[in-house]
Amino acid sequence: MIQVKNLTKTYNGTTVLNITNLDIPKGQSFGLVGNNGAGKTTFFSLLLDLIQPSTGMITSNSIQISQSEKWKPFTSAFIDESFLIGYLTPEEYFYFIGELRGWNKADVDSFLVKYEDFFNGEILKNKKYLRDLSKGNSKKVGIVAALIGEPEVIILDEPFANLDPTTQIRLKKIIKELADDTNVTILVSSHDLQHTVEVSNRIVALQKGEVVLDLVPSSETLKELEAFFAA
Amino acid sequence: MIKRFLSLEWKSFIRSASFQANLAIKILMIFGALYFMVMFLALGAGSYYIIEKATESEPFQLINRFILYYFVCDLVFRFFLQKTPVMNIRPLLYINIKKDTIVNYTLGKSALSFFNIMHLFFFIPLAVVLLIEGFDVLGVITWLVGMIAMVLIINFLNILIDKKDAVFYAVVVIFAVLGALHYYDLFDATNYTVLFFKGLYDYVWMVIVPIATLILVYKIVHSFFKSNLYLDAGLSTTHDIAKTQNFEWLDQFGTLGTFLKNDIRLITRNKRAKSVIIMSVLFLFYGLLFGSGAIEVYDGPVWQVFGGIFVTGGFMFSFGQFVPSWDSSYYNLMMSQNIQYREYLSSKWWLMVIVTLIAAVCASFYLYFGWQSYLLILVTAVYNIGINAYIVLLAGAFTKTPIDLMSNKNAFGDKKAFNFKTLLLVIPQILVPLGLYYLGILFFDEVIGLGFIALAGILGFAFKSKVFNWIENIYKTQKYETIAAYKQKN
Repeated sequence: MIQVKNLTKTYNGTTVLNITNLDIPKGQSFGLVGNNGAGKTTFFSLLLDLIQPSTGMITSNSIQISQSEKWKPFTSAFIDESFLIGYLTPEEYFYFIGELRGWNKADVDSFLVKYEDFFNGEILKNKKYLRDLSKGNSKKVGIVAALIGEPEVIILDEPFANLDPTTQIRLKKIIKELADDTNVTILVSSHDLQHTVEVSNRIVALQKGEVVLDLVPSSETLKELEAFFAA
Repeated sequence: MIKRFLSLEWKSFIRSASFQANLAIKILMIFGALYFMVMFLALGAGSYYIIEKATESEPFQLINRFILYYFVCDLVFRFFLQKTPVMNIRPLLYINIKKDTIVNYTLGKSALSFFNIMHLFFFIPLAVVLLIEGFDVLGVITWLVGMIAMVLIINFLNILIDKKDAVFYAVVVIFAVLGALHYYDLFDATNYTVLFFKGLYDYVWMVIVPIATLILVYKIVHSFFKSNLYLDAGLSTTHDIAKTQNFEWLDQFGTLGTFLKNDIRLITRNKRAKSVIIMSVLFLFYGLLFGSGAIEVYDGPVWQVFGGIFVTGGFMFSFGQFVPSWDSSYYNLMMSQNIQYREYLSSKWWLMVIVTLIAAVCASFYLYFGWQSYLLILVTAVYNIGINAYIVLLAGAFTKTPIDLMSNKNAFGDKKAFNFKTLLLVIPQILVPLGLYYLGILFFDEVIGLGFIALAGILGFAFKSKVFNWIENIYKTQKYETIAAYKQKN
């Protein structure tokens, strides 16, 4: 689904990302781990054409990301609060995203029913604009919005951060379900090794912009990762 | 302690986003500030003589009469533009500083703002002129002190009514009514206020009144501030009660409707964007200054075209100029969601066109001044739709200032909005139609002149899809720079 070739990103002579070759097949649940500044968000921003690669390229479904806009219909993402429209209510935001992806109001409504648990009654019909929601709650909105419209590629940056324990567990369940869907390629980054191990069927660790580990999770993986990051 | 505060201030000034901008913008900013100073200086030094020449009445008496309106305008100005420096207090709260010191510092800082200093450039030269004209020295000094006290009183009152729209609009309505009553000679409030303002000169002891008021107001603001110095009180951000609005009637327009819905919500739910509506309405009446003899130079026929463009173009200029910037806080979403650039741009274009048409209908009251006046407005509306709508979109591609939707105070604070490319685009926006009209009346007559302007507009409209391709490409080349620029919030 996603091919990365000789991809580098350089700011003022400092290379922040350097991936020679990375292949993410369709249907994979791809977990990206790494410390601050390892290049996780840079990689995701490149995947969304929010920044330009210094060299190399990424193709998604054989479409070169930086050259064509055709990846947009099957890709969705939640990176940070710059993906939320502060002056909308959560409902309006979901309908907006739905309309952009060809869903009408009824489609969105029936879709949202599935996430009532996840929202925990704090999102819908709360008479609040997104800008007034707490960090955790606005994150819930962003994550669910990224699932609207049956995207084939879903990119979530640090989805577990700022969520309360109950919501983290529910989110893990949601991501696992998506991971089981062979049509959906899901990319998740996290600082939290355990969460990533639980939801992914492949884990890549970045360090200073380079791929340093590439594993299929097993019972030993968490220990292996912890040993790596402790060193 | 004061030394530390001053060093903090200095750093925040030097390191502010606008100051980090390039040299050209700095120079423009300095020019802007100088312009205001010179204007006020000229007004202060000149107003006495201008009034003396133009009217029968005693200038000083007249100044004291109208100074009331001067202060009201000042309050209005401040309400929209002056920032109350509240948010900077947060990090100081849990540091070992007395609350009194924090409040005094914040209020003291606001007293030194440009909005107060500006008035000195008016009052001091005026006082000097008064002295030259042989007014009593002591009286002039107490009068000047009184005026400065008034400026500071308004400064602190503005802090008090910040965020309280109701109080502000009540004050504005009261004075608007008083102004109207005055204009129609029904009741003249200045008959009473003049006694006070002139009294500051006539009776030296009266200077105690403004000074005492100032102290009182300061005490009130001080205690108000101090009692609200909690994260969940004065320092909290108020939450509006949100209501979901679906505007289903717009669904029939497809993607265009989707964006229009959002733009309507954008304009109605954000302070900063709401000011766009106020601007549009004000500009609707801008034409009254032209051809009515209110301002002499505006009566020239070419200048009437200038006025006409603004009558229907107010929204276009105030909204369109910042087109991608309005969406700056969620630009990453717009760039990665399933949106083609063209749809996005054309929805903004339609919004401007629709509002321009509405403005053109609303402007029909200009028929009162004769059909020629209204025809001129209609013709310039055609030009606005056919040409200017593209140009403001084009200018938007180069305007990379993120807009903080929550704040309505930085309408003139977007320093980066002034760049040379946008400045250059003013030429086709305004000067070209003026030139066309001038050519028309030079060689033919006024109707042909208007015809030229309309023709330019219609031609522009006809080439819409070509022009859009071009604008779209420019937006695409600017995309990454724009995303990076929007990341840097002030």
